[in-house]
Formats: sequence, C-alpha cells, structure tokens
Amino acid sequence: MPVFCSSCDTKRAVLKRPKTGHSLCKECFFGAFEEEVHQTIVSARLFNRGETVGIGASGGKDSTVLAHVMKVLNERYDYGLSLLLLSVDEGITGYRDDSLETVKRNQQQYDLPLKIVSYEELYGWTMDAIVKQVGLKNNCTFCGVFRRQALDRGAMMLKVDKICTGHNADDVAETVLMNVLRGDIARLRRCTAISTASEGDGVIPRCKPLKYAYEKEIVLYAYFKKLDYFSTECIYSPNAYRGHARTFLKDLEAVRPSAIMDVIHSGENLSVREGVRMPTQGTCARCGYISSQALCKACVLLEGLNRGLPRLGIGKHHRLHGKILAEQPLTELEERKLRAVDF
Amino acid sequence: MCQVDEEYNGLLESRSLPGASKKCMKCKEGTAVLIIRAGDAFCRSCFKEYFIHKFRAMLGKNRVIFPGEKVLLAVSGGLASSSMLAQVQEGLSRDAHKKLRFVPGIVYVDEGGASGRSLEERQQAAAQLEHIFQATGFPYYIVPLEEIFTLPSSILEAVSAISDSSASSYKAAVDQFIQNGGEAVDHKGKAQDSSLADAVSQLQTHDRQPFIPPADQTQALARLFASVKTLTAKEDLLQTLRQHLILRVARLRGYSKVMLGESCTRLAIKLLSSISLGRGAALALDTGFADPRFGDVVMVRPMRDYSSKEIAFYNRLFSVPSVFTPGLDTKTSDKASIQRLTESFVTKLQTDFPSTVSTIYRTSEKLQSARSAQTNDADPPSKCLLCLCALDTAVEEASAFNATLQSERLSQGKKASGSGLPAPAPAPAPALGSGSGGQCCSSSSAGGSGEGGCGGGGGGGGGGGGGCCSTPRPPVNSDLKTLLCYSCRLTIKDMATVDTLPSYITAAAEWRKRRVEMRKEISEFLLGEDEDEEQPC
Ligand SMILES: [Zn+2]
Ligand SMILES: [Zn+2]
Repeated sequence: MPVFCSSCDTKRAVLKRPKTGHSLCKECFFGAFEEEVHQTIVSARLFNRGETVGIGASGGKDSTVLAHVMKVLNERYDYGLSLLLLSVDEGITGYRDDSLETVKRNQQQYDLPLKIVSYEELYGWTMDAIVKQVGLKNNCTFCGVFRRQALDRGAMMLKVDKICTGHNADDVAETVLMNVLRGDIARLRRCTAISTASEGDGVIPRCKPLKYAYEKEIVLYAYFKKLDYFSTECIYSPNAYRGHARTFLKDLEAVRPSAIMDVIHSGENLSVREGVRMPTQGTCARCGYISSQALCKACVLLEGLNRGLPRLGIGKHHRLHGKILAEQPLTELEERKLRAVDF
Repeated sequence: MCQVDEEYNGLLESRSLPGASKKCMKCKEGTAVLIIRAGDAFCRSCFKEYFIHKFRAMLGKNRVIFPGEKVLLAVSGGLASSSMLAQVQEGLSRDAHKKLRFVPGIVYVDEGGASGRSLEERQQAAAQLEHIFQATGFPYYIVPLEEIFTLPSSILEAVSAISDSSASSYKAAVDQFIQNGGEAVDHKGKAQDSSLADAVSQLQTHDRQPFIPPADQTQALARLFASVKTLTAKEDLLQTLRQHLILRVARLRGYSKVMLGESCTRLAIKLLSSISLGRGAALALDTGFADPRFGDVVMVRPMRDYSSKEIAFYNRLFSVPSVFTPGLDTKTSDKASIQRLTESFVTKLQTDFPSTVSTIYRTSEKLQSARSAQTNDADPPSKCLLCLCALDTAVEEASAFNATLQSERLSQGKKASGSGLPAPAPAPAPALGSGSGGQCCSSSSAGGSGEGGCGGGGGGGGGGGGGCCSTPRPPVNSDLKTLLCYSCRLTIKDMATVDTLPSYITAAAEWRKRRVEMRKEISEFLLGEDEDEEQPC
C-alpha cells in the first residue's frame, strides 16, 4: 500500500523527513525545506533589501544547496539582494581543483558572479606546502584560520555587505558539543548565534541561513533537485575532537532524531556565570583583523611558517607576540620548543 | 583530579616522571599505593587525608550547610553515595573543632519496581542497605518508588526559599550554634510541622517492618514505565520521580538540605547528556554544587570533586560497603538511550584523553541557571511542572524551539488537525507521536478545514500554544506539554499515554490550568505590578 504525503494527502510520499519523521512527496518536501529557510531568514532578520550578499561556496553539498535556495528565495520573495559566489582556493591538489570546477559550473547554472581567492595569493602558502611543513596533525588549525580571513578579504575586494555560509544544524550542534568537550566557554556562548554582528574593520557580518536544516535533508534536497555538488571530504584528516563530536552527534541522532535540534536549543539557552572572564576583542597589530591578542591567529601561524617554527601558532604563546611584533629573534630554548612537529 | 588546571597545550616539556622510587609524593616516606593523576603517587594514609580533606573543603568553600541543620543523604547503594555516607560518618567522629556540625539522615529509594525486579530481589537489596544504615546510627528512610502514587500535588508547587545562604546569614548561624553550646538549632526558626508529618505520612520508614509496597501500586508503576516508549524518556522520568520522592521525604521529616553523591565523572556525563536532552537552560541546577530549584529544600553535591576512580580506590582501600542494584539501563547496549550513549562516549574518550572529564566538569562551574531570579510566586508559574526549572520555551522567534514547531506544521499541511475524528471522544485516546507540537487548537476544531495552528504565520511563539483554547477538556498530553520545559516535553512526547502518570502530576496540571482560567476571568480587575508577566501557559 502506498504511503501518501502527510502534507498534501494526495500525492504519494517519496521520503521520510529525517527531522520530523513525516512522509512527504517531493514537492511538499521542497516547499517545506525552502519555507523553513525563508522563515529563518525573516525571523532572524538576516538581510536587508539592497544588500550585496556573498555566498561562501566550496562546491560541497551545503554551499551548493545554500546557493540554490538563496537564489530561489531571493526571486520568490523579492528580497532585493544582489547575490554572488565567493570561493577560497586553499591549494590542495586533487581536492580543491575538482571542487572549484563544481563551483564554476554552479556559477553558470545559477548565473551568479564568482570570485575565487587563493591562500597562495593571500598568504604566499598553499595548504599542500603547509602540510609539508607542519604534518597532518595540526593542518586543520591552519586551514580553518586562513579560510576565515580569506573569505573576509575576498568579500572586501568585492564590496560585499554580508557573507552567508552553508553551516547546517548538524554543524552547529557538533560545534556546541565540541566546545563542551574542549571546555571553551567563550566559543560555547558564541557558537549558536545565527549571525555575527559587524565587529569593526576588516570583518564582514556572517550568517547561517541553513542553521536549522538537517544535513540529511540537505542531501535529500540536493538529490531530488539533482544539484551538482562535489562530495569528497577534505583529503587532510579532520580535527580529532571535531571527529569525536561528529560521531557522538550521529549516534545521538540515531537514538532520538530531534537530538540535533535539542543540542542547539541547549546551546541557545546556556547562560554563563557573571565573573567568568571572557577574552576581550581587539584588533591585530599587524593586519588589523579582529583578535583577542596582540597578533591575530593567522598572523601568528604565518609567522611560524615563515620562521620555520610551525608550533608558534598552536597552543598558547602569547608572551612571544611582543618579540614577533618587534621582529626580534627568539631564544634558542624558545625555538627548540616550537620546532618539532610530532606531538 | 578535577581542580587541576591542565595546560596541556602550552606545556611542551615532558613531565618529570615519578622515578622508580614509588614513594608518596606528599610525605616522601610511605610507599605509594596509587597514582591519582600523572605524577601524584600517594601512600595509604596520605590518600586518606587527601580524600577526607576534599570533602570538608567542598563544604567549607560553599558554606551552604548550616551548623545543626538537618541534612538528608540520598544513598542509592552505589559506590559514590556510599562513599559520601562514609565521609559524613568520618566527619562526625572527629574532634570537636574539626567535626562536621550538621545532623544527618539517610534516604534510599528502591526503584526496583520501575525495572521489573521481583519483590524478593528488592527486599534483599533493601535488607543489605538497612544493615549498612543501621551501623551508622543515623535515622533512615527506605522508600519504594511506588510511593509516588501517594504524593500530594503540592509537591509540584514552587516554594520560596526560607533562608538565604549568604555569607552573613551563614556566620550568624554559626554564632548562634556556638552560643547554644553546640545544640542543634532549627534554623528555619519555626518548629517543623510535626502534626502534618504524622497525619499525612504514608511513607514507609524503617520501623522494623518488612517493607512491601502494595501490589496495585507496583502494577501501576509497571504500567507507567511500560507506557514510556524509549529508554531515554524512561530514565529521564525516573530521575524526575525520584527527585519528587526525595523532596517529599525531606519535607515531611524536616530536612532542609539533601546531599546527592554525584561524582565529577558522573556530573561530566550528566552535563553532556543534559545538553543532548535539550536541558541547556537547566545545566547549572542539574550539575552545580547547590540546586535551589525546590526553594525550601536545597540539593547539594559534595562529591563533585572526586573522580569515580578515586572513589572506587577509597572504598576498596578502606572497606566502604556498597550494594549494587541493577537499574533501568543495566545490561542494555551502549546505544539504548541518550544517557547510556553519553556515558560510554565520555568513558571511552576519557581513556584516550585523560583530561576529558575534568574539562567538561570545569564547564559546569562556569554556567548559571537561566533567569535565576526568584520568580517562585509568579502566577501563572514560570517553572516547569515536572522538573521545576525555569521554563525555556518562551524564546525568540528565530530559535531551535520555534524552528521545530515550524517544521512539524509544514510537514503536516492541512490535515494537521483531528485526523478526521469527529468530536472529542468521551475517553479520548491521546494521539501521541502525531507530533502536534505546541498547537493547541488541533483536536478541538473538529476536522477543521483551513490552516491548523493558532497564530498563523508567526505562530506558536511565546509559551508554546499561546493558550487559545479555552474549552475545558480532559488533560491530554498536548495540554500537559504547555506546562513543561523543552526537555520534559520530549519525555512526555515519548509516552504512549499520559493516563499512567501518578495523580499528583495530573492534579497539579489541572490546578495550574484552573489558575490560568481564573486569572483570565479576573484579569481586568488585577492591578498588575508585574510588568514582565509571561503569557498564560
Ligand atoms: Zn605518604
Ligand atoms: Zn522540565
């Protein structure tokens, strides 16, 4: 006996929504998915009419679906936004080459302008070269920090007002769990925010329109819409803690499908005790990017790479910032600690 | 182990290893018998000192237990709570100036009825525990979980805190205690209502009679737990019911503090599972040292600085007796429930990253409960009917809570309401799992065409459901839901029927709803000094 769509009650259902367990037909699923993203955008007031919005596009499923849905909703609800795609080329042979091809095809399919910024042109280092120096253990730290700034710099070149990224509900929930595991209370408090306000020069406000969309539904949407995306994971190994948090979240979801939203709800309602010290935000003395230390993380990492001391940016070496800014040499002991890679 | 601040990132030098000597790191003489954390080897007597000191330090630091105060120790028979009992005994046997100065009692809740254990097994466990309790000389209460069917609905009414635990009042209490020559003072200032205790008490205490819960209550308990469809919800419900029962014993017997034996390891697991269960807003109460949610009776967690490993060591070295009683999740798989899953996750991660538990635990110290301001007397109450934490459902429009309601609404389309049933049947079969979310109009608008849901587009904001149905109906779980916090809603949602809940819960729900109705009727005559009044739930 065929199952009928629980929404229209006329068509045959083709899928069971991972988020709610309802059986839906294709059209009703598209409708619900898009409407939910629209509601997120409207209720959280993510954009204003007339803004130029850069969509962080990696060629992966999340950003491909984001680009598609943003384009659809901008037309359907007349948001009055001018959209463009923004990509970062990390310089990872075999991974980024293929995914950038996907982004280029998306550009044509959606008829949106595309800007690609590369690590090499921004920092003088490709990820391949970085991995050669730092090994596989901490490369994700470098990549994450560099990508964040790269998107901002690309956005500034294009005079973009806001950036939106494809972070989905699973990503947000996973980040909540990861910050609990790391005891990072400052990030724990920030990580469920759907958008970051503009915090001074060099930082462009960001938002996550897919914050409440389940990863599985994003895949279902891309599958039934026959969207073209690149599905290989980054070839360099992921951060260990994030990996644990991800596995844990998947297991939670298997036990109780609402767990993803439940974790986000928890994150949204945490309150941090008064008197717990939070880092104060300032700007980097070298590049002007937002930073809680004298030097921003990207500049410290870069300094470490250029001095051949990759550990400089990993762990806490704030007291060395003064020396770096003054371009003084480090002592032999300091150097020895920062050189070795294998820990 | 939990107070150590590992700076594992910054420390690149390898730690100096304790060498081959294996001498105690503290007295440098005794032979080390255990290593608590890297480099810290203790001999037997130094470990004992360290362990005992930690208990006193925890109480000393927090200063919430007053001299002469009656303190109820919740002992499950497990390692941690048994160790706590041993610490209290230890503390009371010391010389005058080092002596703990409160008056302890013990409560044990026999939960065997929830997990279907035979009466024989249960009595056996109870007898073993009774033996341990008798040896302490403290008064003790052995209470079967079946007693929930005799609880009054008043247990769910928020009560204002009687005394504040500020430093000045603590000092005053200490002074008074000393003036009275060390005699116990009833710090509540008024005599405990003993007539109430005698008249109302049906609680089985230890009067040397074999404890046998009435068979019909045992059956009702089995029915209740059978109606809960998931182990996750069963465990959550059990914890809630146990709390209510312990609270009842404390109130009847005049205890103003309850000590829980949760260790640092247990609390780290609880913190992570609470997050996974949507209890983020209640984390500080669920895992903090003091939990004042019940007002007049404060729960405290003096064992929160010990790891489960330390406790196991101590109990073994100093022969602390404990009794293992199987629970709901004994012999279940790692993925049987969110609580079980979290436990095995944390345990495994701890073996790979030995700082896992202490890192999570430290997070708990940096949190506070949402809206901790005392809104006890708010009417309608702003607290969850079941867990008595602040309601966390009046959230912003852009929130996980409203996004979920939205998803359910959009997935049900137009046949959301009533599923074609004509009028509400006389004995309404609670259509659970249909996920009617916070919509309250659904079943009353018989076959209602057009849009389901109350508020149209923006709908469902505020206290969920907004209270637009005023026609009185028998309490079905969608009604109950509006009185609950986010997480307790999830638990109730996993029940096939709410008819199996003990009557004190349904009665309290009815009472709250009547208050809301009453308030609506007289609202125009009320001079509202409460501007921040919440919407009726
Ligand atoms: Zn020693
Ligand atoms: Zn609750």
